[in-house]
Amino acid sequence: MSGQPETASHGEGQQHPIGLYFKVWILLFVLSSMSYAVDYFHFHGYLRWTLILVFMFLKAGLIISVFMHFAWEPSTLKLALGLPVIAIIVFIAFMAIEADYTFLSRLTFMSGGT
Amino acid sequence: MASTPAVNTKSSYWQSLVTDWGADREVFKLSWGKLMMWIFLLSDTFIFSVFLIGYMNVRMSATDSWPLTSEVFALHVGGADIPLLLIAIMTFILITSSGTMAMAVNCAYQRNKAATFKLMIATAILGASFVGMQAFEWSKLILDEGVRPWANPMGAAQFGSAFFMITGFHGMHVSIGVIYLTVVAIKVLRGHYDEKGFQIVEITGLYWHFVDLVWVFIFAFFYLW
Repeated sequence: MSGQPETASHGEGQQHPIGLYFKVWILLFVLSSMSYAVDYFHFHGYLRWTLILVFMFLKAGLIISVFMHFAWEPSTLKLALGLPVIAIIVFIAFMAIEADYTFLSRLTFMSGGT
Repeated sequence: MASTPAVNTKSSYWQSLVTDWGADREVFKLSWGKLMMWIFLLSDTFIFSVFLIGYMNVRMSATDSWPLTSEVFALHVGGADIPLLLIAIMTFILITSSGTMAMAVNCAYQRNKAATFKLMIATAILGASFVGMQAFEWSKLILDEGVRPWANPMGAAQFGSAFFMITGFHGMHVSIGVIYLTVVAIKVLRGHYDEKGFQIVEITGLYWHFVDLVWVFIFAFFYLW
């Protein structure tokens, strides 16, 4: 990937066929409608959460990889931007455990207060 | 990359990665402007993540029931309440603006200044209308429904603070993006980048797509969850 320039990229920056953007654009519209439909048709429980996450990650992936050209960037940049995100995942886990503990403490000691 | 066999590509991918980081030379084969925008966006990712994680934390630990966003953000149209209607429209507006932005980047590299200007201004107008709808949403929530950062009539008090913090910070990003887009669009038209090249449009686009990206997460976690 390094050394020789990509066929798709221009000397000064990223250039890709306009048809690709249109396809992604339409896909984003479809995915947004589907995530709105999740709410409109009152899906509940694990089905709702799974669908929301699937549509969210598909949309995010399309925006990052195609619109932001991340898929065509050098591997060094992918690594430098991708690795720090792991810290966010660790933080989510920590705060979920912490929230669980707070919730149980409130139930135990505050009998329904906020 | 497309022409080389898959096995070869994979080994050379990691080899080149190690060489790029290990060799005593430039690691990122990017212009500094684009690299700095990416690093700024990474830091912004952390800010929004912290907000959303904070929201997760207060929502999980709240003993009062969380207000039903589907009902809170419903719009009354034609005698019926349509859930999340305004939010859906805002989502579609932001996606449309992302599309026009991508087109603008394409036109910029083709050195079509007039089309780039028009598409960037269209993006900015869509962004401004997004902020306008958000202002409407906020005033409806504050004045009609009585939502405050410290309390609301629908349920858990933490709802207001999470909502104003997250959407407020995102709306600020959209507003700054509108100004940024307008400034760059005018400079493109004036021929400011004729000699430097038009990568600035791609960099501006990175910021704008990021704002759209954040909205994808806010829409999923705050409005739909």
